[in-house]
Amino acid sequence: MPTEILMPALSPTMEEGTLAKWVKKVGDAVAPGDVIAEIETDKATMEVEAVDEGTLGKILVEEGSEGVKVNTPIAILLAEGEDESAIENGAASQSRGAPASAAEDTSATRETDEKQSSKGSEPSGGDAVKDMSARRVPAEGKTHPDPEDPEGDLAQEIPEGTEMVSTTVREALRDAMAEEMRRDERVFVMGEEVAEYQGAYKITQGLLDEFGARRVVDTPITEHGFAGLGVGAAFGGLKPIVEFMTFNFAMQAIDQIINSAAKTLYMAGGQMGCPIVFRGPNGAAARVAAQHSQDYAAWYSHVPGLKVVQPYTAADYKGLLKSAIRDPNPVIFLENEILYGQSFEIPKIDDWTVPIGKARIHRKGNDVTIVSFGIGMTYAVKAAEELAKEGIEAEIVDLRTIRPMDMDTVIRSVKKTNRCVTVEEGYPQSSVGAHIASEIMVRAFDYLDAPVLKVAGKDVPMPYAANLEKLALPSVKDVIDAVKAVTYKD
Amino acid sequence: MAAKSNKSRSDSPSAKPETVRESSAREIVRTLEHFDAPAPAKFGKDDEIRAYRDMLLIRRFEEKAGQLYGMGFIGGFCHLYIGQEAVVVGMQMAMKEGDQVITGYRDHGHMLATGMEARGVMAELTGRRSGYSKGKGGSMHMFSKEKKFFGGHGIVGAQVPIGTGLAFSNVYNKTDAISITYFGDGAANQGQVYESFNMASLWKLPVVYVVENNRYAMGTSVNRASAETDFSHRGLSFKIPGFQVDGMDVRAVKAAGDLAAEHCRSGEGPIILEMMTYRYRGHSMSDPAKYRTRDEVQKMRSESDPIEQVKKRLTGDHGMSEDEVKAIDKDVRDIVADAADFAQNDPEPDPSELWTDIYAEDIPQAAE
Repeated sequence: MPTEILMPALSPTMEEGTLAKWVKKVGDAVAPGDVIAEIETDKATMEVEAVDEGTLGKILVEEGSEGVKVNTPIAILLAEGEDESAIENGAASQSRGAPASAAEDTSATRETDEKQSSKGSEPSGGDAVKDMSARRVPAEGKTHPDPEDPEGDLAQEIPEGTEMVSTTVREALRDAMAEEMRRDERVFVMGEEVAEYQGAYKITQGLLDEFGARRVVDTPITEHGFAGLGVGAAFGGLKPIVEFMTFNFAMQAIDQIINSAAKTLYMAGGQMGCPIVFRGPNGAAARVAAQHSQDYAAWYSHVPGLKVVQPYTAADYKGLLKSAIRDPNPVIFLENEILYGQSFEIPKIDDWTVPIGKARIHRKGNDVTIVSFGIGMTYAVKAAEELAKEGIEAEIVDLRTIRPMDMDTVIRSVKKTNRCVTVEEGYPQSSVGAHIASEIMVRAFDYLDAPVLKVAGKDVPMPYAANLEKLALPSVKDVIDAVKAVTYKD
Repeated sequence: MAAKSNKSRSDSPSAKPETVRESSAREIVRTLEHFDAPAPAKFGKDDEIRAYRDMLLIRRFEEKAGQLYGMGFIGGFCHLYIGQEAVVVGMQMAMKEGDQVITGYRDHGHMLATGMEARGVMAELTGRRSGYSKGKGGSMHMFSKEKKFFGGHGIVGAQVPIGTGLAFSNVYNKTDAISITYFGDGAANQGQVYESFNMASLWKLPVVYVVENNRYAMGTSVNRASAETDFSHRGLSFKIPGFQVDGMDVRAVKAAGDLAAEHCRSGEGPIILEMMTYRYRGHSMSDPAKYRTRDEVQKMRSESDPIEQVKKRLTGDHGMSEDEVKAIDKDVRDIVADAADFAQNDPEPDPSELWTDIYAEDIPQAAE
């Protein structure tokens, strides 16, 4: 049967073009790959190659024709043994389905797209509600007060009489890795100075002795390379813990973290993913200036496919790192150098784990909700102590996980206190606090008695001078001032 | 493994270079190791038929993909492999069950060569639900854990550390599988390639780095982008041997692949194969390819075409008739036509798929 040759689209945006020249003439034999015509678009001249074998039977669009729409038949190709009479019989057909049928298949989605784009930035009320239901965070009325977390302060049961052991964050991290490495042969740790040096911050102390060089791997200083190598090892069936000496250096590797680790499960249609933990100290240490002092919580929390964890207490460091290692997804585990040496009580329970995605009420109170995480908690806790002396009882929500964020716990608390202050060390624009404020506005607008205030690092690169560094970081006073502002006590 | 090499390195600290010339002449003498490619593999009739069929399937598939792109069925970027077929087919003939393959964005040929179904690949190109990634990955992002194909990577060079990590997992798991990590002459200038070379050589990882040198990184010729245009030498600072291979001759590729695989499997570490090849089409579909002459392309096609070379031997040395060859052609054409029909008629993904596969509940890992 004769085949129609259609005007091709030569770029994603091409709608029409000029048929500049016929390279083949009627009666010419055509083999796959032969150039049959040249087409001009507003951008370039392109050659059209034949796909099927045959003889050029008829030219339908003469050369020099302008404005030829994509998918217009431009010629007819005769198969072996056919002559022009086949064309006269009107049997010419496109052996492949025409694009029109594809357009039909997709009409529903396309229409929605068009509707949305033509509307611009003013969604109608109906669509806004529909949009929110898709997000599963409908604006709730005042009929759902549920201020208490039924699961308790630590978001899990700790049996009465459990012995508590004072442990540093550093020990908690090492114990978590050692326990998981004993539990699962596929788990290994790699990074700069993790093995023979025993860890730049001594987090991996003793691991080389127990597990050997096969599972505790010193890398060269090559963040992009070993982050990607870790992703490949995860594809190959292992469960890597990749230590960055600090997360500042992970910016060298951020393409592998985001484009390779976070997106593969989706791009593979769920067929394979990337179970990997990227961990290391994050945020300002002390007097190391701009390039070594940055909080990446907000950065990574932006990315679907990643989980982002930033604990405060040693119990959470241990329990969450164990959960992160077991998690089938890439987890960004943000630690803090200043917290490494601090001691906290850890329940002496075999296989202590803390679920990712669950906040913890660190302190109960009725007057204001302070939401924080990681090192930010130190400011929140001290501020709450000071405020209590003045009769203001703050409830502190320790997020622990930044993504997926436990907004339910935040909202429950805010509905009780009607006020909220967020605390973090990161930059203020597009911060974790900014996201929380926006979510509270959607989900608890009617409960708010004051605007949500953010306490964040100042909007400047970290200075070196001791006095300036102090000014650039959030302070206990910043938190107290913010609380007083939202409780109208200043 | 890391600790061992660290130790041996720090045992003999010395401020002196390893070699010093006696002469005081004020000139720099260039001494580079050079390795020669092995002679082309000897192919029997069955080998030739397999090579012909596999290469032709890629050629016809890509031509069809180009056509479907022209009809608007395939969107976005679409990088065709036409002209380079001998590279992936020859390498595949040198591989063993369990070996892994990873490449960049010009990946359709690699998928077909590993045995992935033409229907599933084409349906992914058209963005339909039966595509390998349910329509969510597209031309550059497809995977098959069954066929040990690990993508399909859209960021130039990103597959190189990942392929090196696959080799790491082979050592860790004590298997004798090797990782075939493909990248182009363009990707060869990315920094992460050399970070990978260093670790692969330091830890003796079983990875074959296949540089598909098709002469142009998008529109920039090798000479305009690379200070050292012999990519097989790019590993010398890392003690990785390498050699150039006639990438238009599937037998030469097979012989190089055999040698490289043996090198890796015997614990010698990585090796670099620079495949001298050529792409007939533009960088992607919307590339008018004005950076080279039509004559250059035509000369390659008429004198070096990888498929024609095999066809000539089939009808010559192996005494196949035109009709016998045509039967293979028809078979291949039918597979491609079927894939194209399927890919046009398969429904788009359900809208609910927008929200799936962002996080895994259990562990979908390739090795399990």
